Amino acid sequence: MLNNITIGQYFPGNSFLHRMDPRAKIIATTIFVVAIFLANSPLAYGLVGAFTIFAMLLSRLPLRLMWSAIKPLWIIIVFTMGIHIFTTPGNSLFQWGVINITDQGLAMGLQMAARLIFLILFSSLLTYTTSPIRLTDGIEHLLNPFRCIGVPAHELAMMMTIALRFIPTLLDETDRIMKAQSARGADFVTGSIIQRAKNMVPLLVPLFISAFRRADELAIAMEARCYRGGVNRTRMKELQVTYVDYIGVGAVILITIVLIVLWWLDL
Amino acid sequence: MAIVLDNITYTYGVGTPFEKTALHGVSLTIENGEFLGIIGHTGSGKSTFVQHLNGLLHPTTGTVTVNGVDISASTEEAKKMRHKVGMVFQYPEHQLFEETIAEDIAFGPKNLGLSADEVDERVREAMKFVGLDYDTYAERSPFHLSGGQMRRVAIAGVVAMNPDFLVLDEPSAGLDPFGREEIFEEIIRLHKEKGITVILVSHNMEDISRMASRLVVLDKGRIVLDGEPMDIFNNHRDELQAVGVDVPPVSVTMEYLREQGLDVSNRVLSVDDAVQAILEGGSHVK
Repeated sequence: MLNNITIGQYFPGNSFLHRMDPRAKIIATTIFVVAIFLANSPLAYGLVGAFTIFAMLLSRLPLRLMWSAIKPLWIIIVFTMGIHIFTTPGNSLFQWGVINITDQGLAMGLQMAARLIFLILFSSLLTYTTSPIRLTDGIEHLLNPFRCIGVPAHELAMMMTIALRFIPTLLDETDRIMKAQSARGADFVTGSIIQRAKNMVPLLVPLFISAFRRADELAIAMEARCYRGGVNRTRMKELQVTYVDYIGVGAVILITIVLIVLWWLDL
Repeated sequence: MAIVLDNITYTYGVGTPFEKTALHGVSLTIENGEFLGIIGHTGSGKSTFVQHLNGLLHPTTGTVTVNGVDISASTEEAKKMRHKVGMVFQYPEHQLFEETIAEDIAFGPKNLGLSADEVDERVREAMKFVGLDYDTYAERSPFHLSGGQMRRVAIAGVVAMNPDFLVLDEPSAGLDPFGREEIFEEIIRLHKEKGITVILVSHNMEDISRMASRLVVLDKGRIVLDGEPMDIFNNHRDELQAVGVDVPPVSVTMEYLREQGLDVSNRVLSVDDAVQAILEGGSHVK
């Protein structure tokens, strides 16, 4: 019942996107996500859409995965679209009581939905093609320059690594406890909301206890190996920028420039 | 009164890249009153198999019936039958959650819809059965007990539901020898005094050989051996080794002694019996 969660899931492979350096991927994704919001014409949206699809194909991942990235967020997408459609003033297309749909509203709603979908798709490509370890490595490197103003880069990266590492473990644990309590007649699916919240107690208490126990054990294991943060630590796998990164980031910057020009010319 | 598994197959993650068939056409009848040992290497499908016995997993194909009722149905009768099969998972103490031991044990009986008096009686009975004094322990927090005691509370929580069948998955994992002995004594008592049918999953051959009246060996989701433990250890050693399961050390020792010329019986399953056999056999060395 819990195996349809794909957030932060990595799918191994050897595509162009998999081979890119995590730092390059993070930078490229950030630039592109900002660039998506520059699009305001059908031509620009076409360009953004085409580039997103191109990147998706480049990742060589099954397209079903892309759908599973959007699925959990479809309520937000529909809600955002609805708000724009029903609240934007303009030439009325359809009126019934207080409901008033305008041409600008419809256009705005569709635009917002398209932006959100492209945004989700593109950023999920980052987590699909980058292993969590490399991702946090990349984040640590990118945060390093800010250490002088007191950003604890290594500690943040370590916290993220640990959190990501324990997601599958805790999901397994949840599944096990749910089964064990179901075997004792617990019911997690029926009843009113309040009743169902109460029924969660036999699940949540053991889950919290086990999470704290694991945290404790991990802390002891780390101390036993003399862990003391990122001071003078060397790595087994150094991150390296190669030609694929220049091509990848270059392509994103090129698209962004085109989008800026389109936005400037108001095409 | 029996659990009948008819040609069950179970596939994890149907329609995903991680699709994996864990059970291939398994058929088995577990008779009332049996003490069934299930053994197999890691990944042989043991855990998947036992979860079918009380409907936590429903077979992809095939049927599981308890006392003649198909337990994958959503009827009240099927639900009742699922509750006839108690399940003790690995490290059951990790599932404790109530503030007091008595309340935790009462969780199962309460879910059965029993009256407060009946629940109280079940709790007292179950605690007595696992050797926890009601007056001393009932109001204590389960989280301040030792590992072995916590496990006994967890087992009491399942026993309090009065199951006809009790499934235990590695009940002695992580306990010291003394704790293991206690847990096994309890299980044997449940089997003998209450007449509960026990299904014990383990990869410790010695434990199983000592207690089980019937042994089923699983490998790669199939039943490879099914029979009396003594017969399997003596006559199917190669098959056992092929699937990565060890023969109990007692059997190996006795075999070695026989090879060295000591006239000892090969029908020995526990250390005590072995000592007896050696004392008897030693008097007429070949």
